Amino acid sequence: MSDNSLNNLPGGFKGMTHDMGSDQTAFKGVQWGKVMMWIFLLSDTFIFSCFLISYMKGRTSTVMDWPNTSEVFSLHVGNVPVPLLLIAIMTFVLITSSGTMALAVKYGYEKNRKMCGWLILATAIGGLTFVGMQVFEWSKLIHEGVRPWENPFGAKQFGSFFFMITGFHGTHVSIGVIFLFIYARKVFRGDFDNGKRGFFTTMKSDYVAIEILGLYWHFVDLVWVFIFAFFYLW
Amino acid sequence: MSDEYNQENKPLEAQSSETMSGTPSKDIDYVRPAELPEQDLYHGHSFITKWIFCQDAKVIGVQYFLTAVFTGIVGLVLSWLMRLQLGYPELVPFITAEHYYQFVTMHGMIMVVYFLTALFLGGFGNYLIPLMVGARDMVFPYVNMVSFWMFFIAVCVLMASFFVPGGPTGAGWTLYPPQAILPGTPGSNMGIILMLVSLSLFVIGFTMGGLNYIITILQARTRGMTLMRMPLTIWGIFTATALAMLAFPALLVSCIMMTLDKMLETSFFMPTILQAGEVLDYGGGSPILFQHLFWFFGHPEVYIVALPAFGIVSDLISVHARKNIFGYRMMVWAIVGIGALSFFVWAHHMYVSGMNPWFGFFFATTTLIIAVPTALKVYNWIITLFRANIRMNTVMLFCLGFIVTFVNGGITGIFLGNVAVDIPLSDTYFVIAHFHMVMGIAPLMVIMGAVYHWFPLVTGRMLSEKLGKWHFWFTFLGAYSIYFPMHYLGFIGVPRRYFEMYDSPYVTSATGMNEFITVAALIVGFSQLIFIYNIVASLSIGKPAGKNPWKANSLEWLTPEVPPAHGNWGEKLPVIHRWPYDFNVPGAKEDYITQTTPPSEVISAEVEKT
Repeated sequence: MSDNSLNNLPGGFKGMTHDMGSDQTAFKGVQWGKVMMWIFLLSDTFIFSCFLISYMKGRTSTVMDWPNTSEVFSLHVGNVPVPLLLIAIMTFVLITSSGTMALAVKYGYEKNRKMCGWLILATAIGGLTFVGMQVFEWSKLIHEGVRPWENPFGAKQFGSFFFMITGFHGTHVSIGVIFLFIYARKVFRGDFDNGKRGFFTTMKSDYVAIEILGLYWHFVDLVWVFIFAFFYLW
Repeated sequence: MSDEYNQENKPLEAQSSETMSGTPSKDIDYVRPAELPEQDLYHGHSFITKWIFCQDAKVIGVQYFLTAVFTGIVGLVLSWLMRLQLGYPELVPFITAEHYYQFVTMHGMIMVVYFLTALFLGGFGNYLIPLMVGARDMVFPYVNMVSFWMFFIAVCVLMASFFVPGGPTGAGWTLYPPQAILPGTPGSNMGIILMLVSLSLFVIGFTMGGLNYIITILQARTRGMTLMRMPLTIWGIFTATALAMLAFPALLVSCIMMTLDKMLETSFFMPTILQAGEVLDYGGGSPILFQHLFWFFGHPEVYIVALPAFGIVSDLISVHARKNIFGYRMMVWAIVGIGALSFFVWAHHMYVSGMNPWFGFFFATTTLIIAVPTALKVYNWIITLFRANIRMNTVMLFCLGFIVTFVNGGITGIFLGNVAVDIPLSDTYFVIAHFHMVMGIAPLMVIMGAVYHWFPLVTGRMLSEKLGKWHFWFTFLGAYSIYFPMHYLGFIGVPRRYFEMYDSPYVTSATGMNEFITVAALIVGFSQLIFIYNIVASLSIGKPAGKNPWKANSLEWLTPEVPPAHGNWGEKLPVIHRWPYDFNVPGAKEDYITQTTPPSEVISAEVEKT
């Protein structure tokens, strides 16, 4: 699909009704894979919303006190407990990796293979760092006696929800990291330039795949912002 | 790559031929050129890639259909066992109270999720979507294939729970905690875990399929196929899939949380509990939270089953009554409206959970509002039949059966939607009668009608009409004799989910009726053998169907080969000029004008502008 043909489409609400009333495609010039990712992310949004709403419900209905999050999540620098230190670094790293991902998409469309590949690699390393710090945080809490089924600081639901939701999010990040490494290899090998066919799907590779992966990555970051707000700031 | 592909980067006008008529081209047959190049398809070569790990949506559809029917038969046998116990207590020694609850649970879950959902969306969706919108295949054939095998594994895990120690879970299909995972409920160890794992796998597999259905419909239609020219079948399946994409997450989340409650002893849903005088480790959780999550999935799930049935029955009625569907756009908006509303009614399943009366008031109101678009649809089906050229064949009989059972179940739904009426009725057989009528028998009627309708397309042979009519009357009258008396059982207060009535006053007044229902259930179940025999025999001795045996307009009948081959359309994709409901148009030579017929060929016909 060429981009030139899209310049003449009417914009705004009128454009939307035009596109919806038209034949063939409802989203003009948007690749199938990209629509798929958007709709998948919509579905995934509902998963995370259900988790977070359950968390709110669990936190308000439990009879025991909720632990003081600024104490539980603080890191000791020297002898001074600094609240939110680790989580600030984690969030910074993850948001930065979103930036490198966006740049990777840009260089991908410019067919700048090298830059694209390195930026994807940087994104993957950012994600890996995030997961690593999450492992550190988990092990710190586990050392202090927090478990999914118990919590020395107060309500046992704290441990349950924390490990479940950050675990589910961490799984998303880890899957993203795996795909980022695979895609970095594909970019360096030139799959997206010569349209090499996929091993499983037998479909031709295209640079749009990087944008689709980018959508996923940005989504995972966005979800983190909500988890951050609900767990660490509330 | 087809020659119509827009290679010169001409400006793409985002317009249908409807809105363009007159201005851009003088040619009345003009349809915009193709936006996308031809789909790249993987053609299987070996037996395994052609029939087992197949990427052709039609084969995947048949695979889904057969797997779903297999689980459906298991569910049917379970219902017989329940009925035997209810009609003739202690006649069959191995039906103990534990087994009875396991049968109830597995029957419910199998029928709702693994049978009806998989059959409508996986079976009919896969087979019909690419054909009806004029695509060569689903947009992601590989993912589609994985989707089926995920479903297959989910079914295997579900069936495996019959053979683990303790048997399958007996918590009721709603799986309410805390009892679902505590000792005393049958299958509270391995059974419930396998059920939750199986459901999670089903959700994952379904998401893969659902993405395919939605994007094929939105982004892979053929030239001239606007959204408002799609058959209502596609609208029903599309909306149901959209609901599923938004409702299944709640099921997945509740499954994950309950699995953790069971295996790691977290207390998401578990309050402080005394068991045999001892306080358990659980505490502080909310069982009501599970009910909210479950029914946020559970109510849209009802419409995930019903909407495809609405869509399919509209098409069947239109074709076999030789008349356009009355109020096509109203039907589309009713489907979409019902779908949207279905997310705001879930707590009407929880009136007896002790909710705030204002909360119940809100949900009763939204529930009754849903009756409006639903009633519109029923009126439109009836007006479509009014003074139509009805062909009273098996398909039409099933459609009429659908309307009757659906109206019946819908009216009792209005009773149950009101809090004050629901509270005395909610734990009685009235509820069983209601939902079996409205989402059991009514969609089944559509499935059977659809099988009689599309069997010639899938196999190239007709099913026997004579056997079909026997099958219809056995099923329809039999199902009515099962569920109609249950309304009465509900009114006299017979509670549901009870293994036995023991010495309660219901015994004397309800015994005869329970025996009658059991006998009817056995007859209806066995009469399905007619259907199975009809299908198996017609595969080899059925009358060859030829092309378009019903003289239908929609695209699936217009493939160059019947049954359609992989890639569906031969050399060139079809071009669409109209909606699929141009039956008995004044001025036309024949009583139907197919979707591919250009306006210049039926110049004197007074067609509706679509």
